[in-house]
Amino acid sequence: MARSVTTQHKTIATVAAWVVALLIFFPILYTIITSFKSEQEAIQGFSIIPSGTFESYAEVQAQSGYFKFFFNSVLLSVGSTILALLVAIPAAWSMAFSPTKRTKDILMWMLSTKMMPAVAVLFPIYLIFRDTGLLDSRIGLMIMLMLINLPIVVWMLYTYFREIPGEILEAARMDGASLWNEIVYVLTPMAVPGIASTMLLNIILAWNEAFWTIRLTTTEAAPLTAFISSFSSPQGLFWAKLSAASTLAIAPILIMGWFSQKQLVRGLTFGAVK
Amino acid sequence: MKLRTLTLGLLSASTLAFAAHAESITIATVNNGDMVRMQKLTEDFTKANPDIQLNWVTLEENVLRERVTTDIATKGGQYDVMTIGTYEVPIWAKQSWLLPLDKLGDDYDAKDIIPAIAGGLSVDGKLYAAPFYGESSFVMYRKDLMEKAGLKMPDAPTWDFIKQAADKMTDRANGVNGVCLRGKAGWGENMAFLTAMSNSFGARWFDENWKPQFDQPEWKNTLQFYVDLMKADGPEGASSNGFNENLALFQQGKCGMWIDATVAASFVSDPKNSTVADKVGYALAPDNGLGKRGNWLWAWSLAIPAGTQKADAAEKFVSWATSKHYAELVASKEGWANVPPGTRSSLYANAEYQKAAPFAKMTLDSINAADPTHPTVKPVPYVGVQFVAIPEFQGLGTTVGQLFSAALAGQSSVDDALKQAQDAATAAMTEGGYIK
Repeated sequence: MARSVTTQHKTIATVAAWVVALLIFFPILYTIITSFKSEQEAIQGFSIIPSGTFESYAEVQAQSGYFKFFFNSVLLSVGSTILALLVAIPAAWSMAFSPTKRTKDILMWMLSTKMMPAVAVLFPIYLIFRDTGLLDSRIGLMIMLMLINLPIVVWMLYTYFREIPGEILEAARMDGASLWNEIVYVLTPMAVPGIASTMLLNIILAWNEAFWTIRLTTTEAAPLTAFISSFSSPQGLFWAKLSAASTLAIAPILIMGWFSQKQLVRGLTFGAVK
Repeated sequence: MKLRTLTLGLLSASTLAFAAHAESITIATVNNGDMVRMQKLTEDFTKANPDIQLNWVTLEENVLRERVTTDIATKGGQYDVMTIGTYEVPIWAKQSWLLPLDKLGDDYDAKDIIPAIAGGLSVDGKLYAAPFYGESSFVMYRKDLMEKAGLKMPDAPTWDFIKQAADKMTDRANGVNGVCLRGKAGWGENMAFLTAMSNSFGARWFDENWKPQFDQPEWKNTLQFYVDLMKADGPEGASSNGFNENLALFQQGKCGMWIDATVAASFVSDPKNSTVADKVGYALAPDNGLGKRGNWLWAWSLAIPAGTQKADAAEKFVSWATSKHYAELVASKEGWANVPPGTRSSLYANAEYQKAAPFAKMTLDSINAADPTHPTVKPVPYVGVQFVAIPEFQGLGTTVGQLFSAALAGQSSVDDALKQAQDAATAAMTEGGYIK
């Protein structure tokens, strides 16, 4: 029996959705509002109308140049995503189209590495980076970010690839396509929505990663996470400056997320309904 | 046009060539007003030392502590100068992780460093870190509210007076709490305050044989007094309040008294950010007539890790940043009130500084009243006023801090908190090999 959805129910659902969305977004909004206040205004209690000053932005830029950190964030998130896709696409292809009886175990084992607290491997990783000269290097951090996000990337791509009928690949093989051609010309174009959403999600994850990006960098490779951290002060109230630094750090990824939300939602719900 | 391009090209090339020869040192530091100011003034150093370039890494205090500890323990060599506190210096120096500072220059005048501060940064008579700014703790109070309460704050109050004044100043209907104290759990948060307070009650963390002392009456008196005082006269949700939260409350006129770091004086007396800037008075931390006051001693200091390849350049920088010349430089650019406090005796003898910083004398008296080697009434086997300078203290101090914070929040009784603290400390000391 089909359920009847009344206008009243629709309205309640819409209002509930807006309330939840506002609750989730409010801390970000308040950070942005606070960034346009003076330090005195910022500590004077709750207020959603700022005086509109840009002084915190000017001070933040003067104190630590934003663009160097921004450039590193872009390089690290995009670079690590490309590296991850280069490794994950063949891996996910093999697991989706040539599975063995151990494929599920391997996938679970890969995912289980995400369940381990990062700090547990801080010292071994730090020593490896020290001995290979990768401390504070963009390449080293790119590899690190690629490795920590790889399980998610492989899992997502595996899920998308599983949705592609194997017969299409068989047809390609019948036409004489090599393995490389099969992946590049048949599989990849069909999985573009999935790859795009995986790529976007991985960029967001890499952009927001704060444990390793702060601990393995000093000056050369430090991204925006280190930039924000430098404005946190245990002695002194610099909320407006901290908010301005946070706004500058999250703005690029928020804008990117806003413009690519269709692709993100499409990719994330890919295969959810058959 | 061609000539201009050529000249510019030559200039750029020579700059690049020079940069390639310059030695760069990396300095890890915390984000506070004095450190940020130093970064702005480094041109003075680089002009005098054109062969040394400075790279700054500014991090939040806890992240910085973790980063530099990882780096120094693994000899990562990421930093050439580290900003560390009084807690780390004796531990790291004993591990040979720091270089002794014996080449600070002839005109450095190391004897001018306030003895209590120098003592906390030295091991076997050798200075292992140079203090950039030092602090103790004292009472900041609202002169107007004190007058309204019909009381006069003595220069050296007792805890009984603080209780009496807090009771009279509390006016919850108008949002005024008699006293604001740290309650947020952490070895550097509530335990810094409570350990210093416990010294004035005659308590100690360990006896001479490293046996924990939380089962002794002195700790019961300390914690019971603190919890009762805060319940009667403290702000709501005090168990979540650290330095910054209490600073905000005091600046907004919601605290009659606040006992915390002397460095807070410059914030609460700043009319740009404080609504009570012209109404603040200062007094020494309270005592109980036992010969010890409840004030602490801390210095953010610059140290050179043993793993650095650029020790000479690093020591030149440390010498510059902690010199008398630097104090004069800050005074000439930003006024005497902004000179980093609490490190040199000569600063407190300077009439201009005394005029610009009304809290100067009280800060010096507070620093001098702290003795890291004899922090409390009874003898102890450790160094440190508001901490115990052993590697186990960070973890243990935070565990005990959580127990005491829970007692303040009413989630456990004072007796339960002390019993659990005793058990936790006994376990940690046994595991660490201190108790055989």
